[in-house]
Amino acid sequence: MIRFEHVNKRYPERGEALKDLSFELAAGEMAFLTGHSGAGKSTLLKLIGLIERPTRGQVVVDGRSIGDLPRRRIPFHRRRIGMIFQDHRLLNDRTVYDNVALPLAITGMPNRDIGRRVRAALDQVGLLAFERAHPVALSGGEQQRVGIARAIVGRPPIILADEPTGNLDPELASEIYDLFERFHEVGVTLMIATHDQERISRMAYRILRLHQGRLIADSGNW
Amino acid sequence: MAQRRTRSSTNRSTGTGVLDRRRLSAWGEQHREIAVTTLRRMLQQPLNTLMTVAAVAIALALPAALVVALDNVKRLGGDWQRSATVSVFLGSRVDEAQGAQLRQRLAQLPEVETVALISRAEGLSEFRDYSGLSSALDQLTENPLPVVLELQLYPAALKPAQLEPFIDRIEQLPEVDFLREDARWAQRFQAILALLRAGVSLLALLLGLGVLLVIGNSIRLEIESRRDEIRIMGLVGATARFARRRFLYIGAWYGLFGGALAAVLVTLMVWLLAAQAAPLEALYHRTFDIHGLGPAGIGALLLGSSLLGIAGSWIAVGRHLDLCDDR
Repeated sequence: MIRFEHVNKRYPERGEALKDLSFELAAGEMAFLTGHSGAGKSTLLKLIGLIERPTRGQVVVDGRSIGDLPRRRIPFHRRRIGMIFQDHRLLNDRTVYDNVALPLAITGMPNRDIGRRVRAALDQVGLLAFERAHPVALSGGEQQRVGIARAIVGRPPIILADEPTGNLDPELASEIYDLFERFHEVGVTLMIATHDQERISRMAYRILRLHQGRLIADSGNW
Repeated sequence: MAQRRTRSSTNRSTGTGVLDRRRLSAWGEQHREIAVTTLRRMLQQPLNTLMTVAAVAIALALPAALVVALDNVKRLGGDWQRSATVSVFLGSRVDEAQGAQLRQRLAQLPEVETVALISRAEGLSEFRDYSGLSSALDQLTENPLPVVLELQLYPAALKPAQLEPFIDRIEQLPEVDFLREDARWAQRFQAILALLRAGVSLLALLLGLGVLLVIGNSIRLEIESRRDEIRIMGLVGATARFARRRFLYIGAWYGLFGGALAAVLVTLMVWLLAAQAAPLEALYHRTFDIHGLGPAGIGALLLGSSLLGIAGSWIAVGRHLDLCDDR
C-alpha cells in the first residue's frame, strides 16, 4: 500500500531529514514509526500525504508513484488518506459536526449524506453527544477524537497519525490506540508516529525505527 | 453544442442523470451555504466590512455621478437641439412678397420641417418689446430690419455631414444676406459632450481599477487571517476551486454592497441638486427635471460592481491562496 524506494529528503535550511529510506507497508497493515524527535518521522508522513515531495527516490501509494503527481491532483490523493495530528488542527470557530463534515463537504456530497456519515464517525469515537459543541470546549482527548473522526469520515484506505497521543495522559492514550486497532481490524492501513516506546513494545505491531533520517530497525512484517 | 446536448441526454437515459441532479442540488446547496456564511462573517466584523464597502462606494459613486450629470446635460441639450432653428436674414431690398416666395421654395426642401416668416413689422415690434428702446425706435422714419425666415429642420438634417452643405446652399441664394444657426452650436455642444463622455469613461476605468485593488487587498487580508483554515482544508483534500469559492463570494459581496451604497450616494446627490435647481427654474421660467440613475442604471451599477468584486478577489486568490503551504 505504501512503498518507499531509496527516498531522500533534504531541506535547504536543515539538511537531510531522510536518507536512503526504503520499506514497504502492505494493505491493511498497522505499523508504528518511532525515533527521537527530529529523526524524520513527521517528514516521512508528510511525504506520503504529499505535503512534501522527496528530493530523491520514489514514494508509491496504492500502486501509484506519487512523485510526479501534478499539483491539481494532490487534493484527490489526500482524500484517500486520513491524517491525524498531535495538535489536532481543528477549526475552532466551527462546531464539532462542521469539523468532521469538512472532508465530505469539499467533495460536494449532499448534506443529507454528510449528516449520516458524520454521525457514524462521531459515534465511533464516542462523541455523538458533542456534535454541536465547539472544539475549545472539549478536553484534549476529546479534541483528538474529533480529529480522528475527521480522518475516518471519508473512509480512507490509509490513516496516518503524527504523535496522536503526545499531549494525552496514558488512560486517554489507551482509548485512542484502541480506536486505531479497531480501524486496523476493518482493513485500514495505519502508520502511527510516536515516541511512546513503552506502549508500542506492549502492542504487537510492526515497528519502524528512524535515527537521524535513516531506518535503523524494522521489526518486519507480522 | 449540439453534440454536447446529445451526450448529456444519453447520460440521462443511462441513469446517471439522477446522480447528476443530486450532485447539482448539492452544489446549489453549498453555494447557498457559502453565500450565507460569508455574509454572516462579514457582518461579524462590521467595521472592516464597512471600510471596504465605503471605499468601493466612493470610488464607484464618482464616475456614476458624472455619468448621471452627463446624461442630464445631454437631455437638456436634446431639448435645445429639437428647438434648434436656422434664422435666415434676407437682404434689405427683399420685401415681404419675395420673402413669402422664398418661404414656399424652402418649405419644399427635404431637410426642412417648417418655415415661419417674420415680417419687418413683426420683427420691429418684437425688437421693441425685448430691447426696451421703444422711444428711440419711434424716432426712426423707416424700418431698418430685414425679413427673416425661421427654418425648423428635421433632426436627421442636423448631423454635420447634412447640415454643412445645406447651410452653404442657403447662403448662396441671392435673396439671403446672412444666416444664424443654433444648430451648429448644438453640434459643437454634442462634440464637447462626446469628449466629456470619453473622459468620464477613462476616469471610470481608473476608479474601477482602484476598486479592484481595494477589494483585492481586503481579500488578501482575509486569506491571511484564514491561513490555518486554508491549510486544514488543503490537508483534508480540498481543491483550489473549493477553497477559492468563499473568497470569490466575499469579493462579490463587497462589490455588491459597494455598488448599492454608491447608488444611494448618487441618488442623494440628485435629490440635493434637485432642491438647488428651484431658483434656477424661477430664473429661466422652465423646469429642470434632474434624472437619477434609473432602474437600468442601478442594475448596471450593481452588476458591474459585483463583477469587479469577483475579479478583484480572483486576482488576490491567485496570488495568495496556497493550499499546499504547510509552514
